Amino acid sequence: MKSWISHHRHSLAESLRRLGGAPLANLFNVLVIGVALSFPLGLYLGLSNLQALSARFSGDPELGIFLAADADKADASQLEARLKAHPAVARARFVPKGEALEDLKRATGLADLVETLGRNPLPDGFVVLPKQRDPRELAGLGREIAGWPKVAHVQLDSEWAGKLDAILRLGQGLVLLLAGLLGFALVAITFNTIRLQVLTRREEIQVSKLIGATNAFIRRPFLYFGTLQGLAGGGIGLLLLYAGPLFLNRSVAELARLYASDFRLLLLSIPDGLAVLGFSAALGWLGAWLSMARHLREIDPR
Amino acid sequence: MISFSGVSKSYPGGFEALRGVSFSIAAGEFVCLSGHSGAGKSTLIKLVAALELPTRGTVLVNGQNTAALRPRSAPYYRRNFGVVFQDHKLLFDRNVLENVLLPLRIAGVEAKEAAKRARAALDKVGLLTKEKAFPVTLSGGEQQRLAIARAVVHRPPVLLADEPTGSLDAAYSDAILDIFRAFHQVGMTIIMATHDESIPRGGPVRVLRLRQGTLMS
Repeated sequence: MKSWISHHRHSLAESLRRLGGAPLANLFNVLVIGVALSFPLGLYLGLSNLQALSARFSGDPELGIFLAADADKADASQLEARLKAHPAVARARFVPKGEALEDLKRATGLADLVETLGRNPLPDGFVVLPKQRDPRELAGLGREIAGWPKVAHVQLDSEWAGKLDAILRLGQGLVLLLAGLLGFALVAITFNTIRLQVLTRREEIQVSKLIGATNAFIRRPFLYFGTLQGLAGGGIGLLLLYAGPLFLNRSVAELARLYASDFRLLLLSIPDGLAVLGFSAALGWLGAWLSMARHLREIDPR
Repeated sequence: MISFSGVSKSYPGGFEALRGVSFSIAAGEFVCLSGHSGAGKSTLIKLVAALELPTRGTVLVNGQNTAALRPRSAPYYRRNFGVVFQDHKLLFDRNVLENVLLPLRIAGVEAKEAAKRARAALDKVGLLTKEKAFPVTLSGGEQQRLAIARAVVHRPPVLLADEPTGSLDAAYSDAILDIFRAFHQVGMTIIMATHDESIPRGGPVRVLRLRQGTLMS
């Protein structure tokens, strides 16, 4: 047991020495892995940001109900009663046309333009907060209300959020695909590095086998090397990923300020970062293992 | 301990290195395989350490048929032997001490103990002062002695040496034979391939003569 641990320590030290022994070549390998990893990670991070953004803006889904231009006070209060009695409606707020116009002036800075209109073009309306958030039920409720008398138009507020959601789901699929492909690339890179190492250390492996080394013994330092290389690549990928948003955050903050928002880019969370490191290390190990399985057989003393 | 019965070995291309060789060697013997180059000495040594398998016949070592060794147990089987290869097979990217440490690392000997044993082995072959030197800087005789130190450092019961005195002058050869005799005296079984003229004189040495793959009586 003690010797087993000591051999592991020895293998680890030797792998570290070899990583440091050809710093430039290894640096480039690690950089390639890091850059490859940063692509799907960057996309993932971008998606998380979009998701955060969409959650901010969509909030609770609302229905905007616009009354017909000829609807009067009585129609409006009748409609209000009907809305409030509806089982799917949580809250309904009456928005008289005057208030809507003030809102429009305030929110868009179009006050001057509105002044020139002379009269208020907006109808009375309701903002309805439904009990359900499910997009299909919302659409059903919208259609039902649209069929009521004196209702001119129903605007489903969450429609664009639903579309964004669909796009985000597509993006997530893309991230998975890209992560799979580049994960494969990481395995391939490690496979190749280890192959080259096996070739240059062929003699040592051969001699070790001749004097009774087991395959596990020979494999171990190479597995450590692959794992360390994957780990370092993952580290570089994370570094790129942290550096990117920091670099962009200034412009994002500027942009957000212009839109009167305090939105900031999210960074990868620490558990996510650790998962990336673990994943890249595991893929490095896998590449090294596959390479050794392939090449150890070629160097058999028999 | 070691017994060959009807052992033949032919290589791809049809060359027959050994033809129907039978003999047995008891534990503690000092055996010289003599014969010209190409007589089959190296092949015989490789067959004992299961570095080659016989084409026909059986090689039994301590009751183990080498042809029946599973790949998993072959490494452990090979640790029963110290092999001095004809071309030494030293590792030139590491120093003398590290070369000798390799078999101990493979056997899983703890670092401190391993260093002690490696130095003891180097001391026996007179290379203790050169432990930090790299093999390229050693003379032919020193490289040979380094190969011997590496072969015996894990105290194998059997030492297999393929022309350990091959390229050396008489004084070096005698020094190496003395080393072998010392190992033999502490109970090691020794099988040494050699040219006819350098068979050690004196001492209990048994000679097996090979000619073109067959054993002369």
